Amino acid sequence: MTVGLVHYLVLSGILFGVGLYGVLAKRNVIVILMCVEIMLNASNIALVAFSRYVVPALLTGQIFALFVIVVAAAEVAVGVAIVFTIYRKRHSVDINDFDLMKW
Amino acid sequence: MFDIIFWILALTALVAALGVVALRDVFRAALSMILLFLAVAGIYVTLYADFLAVVQVLIYVGAISVLIVIAVMLTQEVWRGNPPGKFRFLAFLVVVAFLLVLSWGMVGTKWLASDEMPKQPTVAGIGAGLFGEGGHLLAVEIAGILLVAAIIGAIALMREK
Repeated sequence: MTVGLVHYLVLSGILFGVGLYGVLAKRNVIVILMCVEIMLNASNIALVAFSRYVVPALLTGQIFALFVIVVAAAEVAVGVAIVFTIYRKRHSVDINDFDLMKW
Repeated sequence: MFDIIFWILALTALVAALGVVALRDVFRAALSMILLFLAVAGIYVTLYADFLAVVQVLIYVGAISVLIVIAVMLTQEVWRGNPPGKFRFLAFLVVVAFLLVLSWGMVGTKWLASDEMPKQPTVAGIGAGLFGEGGHLLAVEIAGILLVAAIIGAIALMREK
C-alpha cells in the first residue's frame, strides 16, 4: 500500500493525541506549552496533506498553515511571558500553583 | 523510496513527540521537541511544500525552540523533572477515545483525492495567494497586528514593576 492522504492524516491524528495527553496530564507549565506546539504542528501536517492531495493546484492549505504558524509564534511569546510573570511571584512552574483566578 | 522516507520521518516524529511527554528531564524534552519540528519539516518536503518546510525550520526550530529552551533554563533550578499529574489515567482514556473516533472518521471517509501533480515551486503560488488578486491580504494585515499585540503584551508582562 503506497503512502497516501490517509497515512498523513493518521500521523497527524496520533501526534495531536500525544500532544493532547501532555496538555491534560503534565504538571510542568513549560512542558504543557511544548505539547500545545506539538498539537499545532499536527494540525499543520493535516492542512498541508489536504492541500497536497485534494487541491494540489491551489495551495490553500499551505497558506492556512502559514497563518497557524504566525498564531503559534504569538501564542508562545505571550505564553512564556505569562509563565515568567507567575514564576517571579510564586517561584514555581507547577500548574497546580497557578490558581490566581480560582475562587 | 518515497514510502521509506515517509515512514522514517513519521517514526522519528512519533518517537520525538513521545519523548516530549515521557522524558524526565525537561531540557531533554525540549531537545526532543526540536527533533520533532525538524521531522515535521521533512514531512512538509515529502508533501511538496518547500516554502513551508523552510518556514518551519526558521520559525519553529530557529525561534520558538529558543524561547522554550530559555524558559526551561530560567525555571529549571526550582523544578527538576517532568512528572505527570493526578489525572493521567483519565487523560489517557480521553486520548484513546479521541484517537479511535478520529481514525475511524479518517479511514472511513472517501476523500476526493485529485490526480493532478502539485504546483512546484510553491513560493510564487503562496505569494499570489497571500498578496494577489482575491488573496488573503486582510488576513496578512490582521496577522501583523496580532504579532505586534503579542510582542507589546509580552513586553508589558515581563517588565519589572
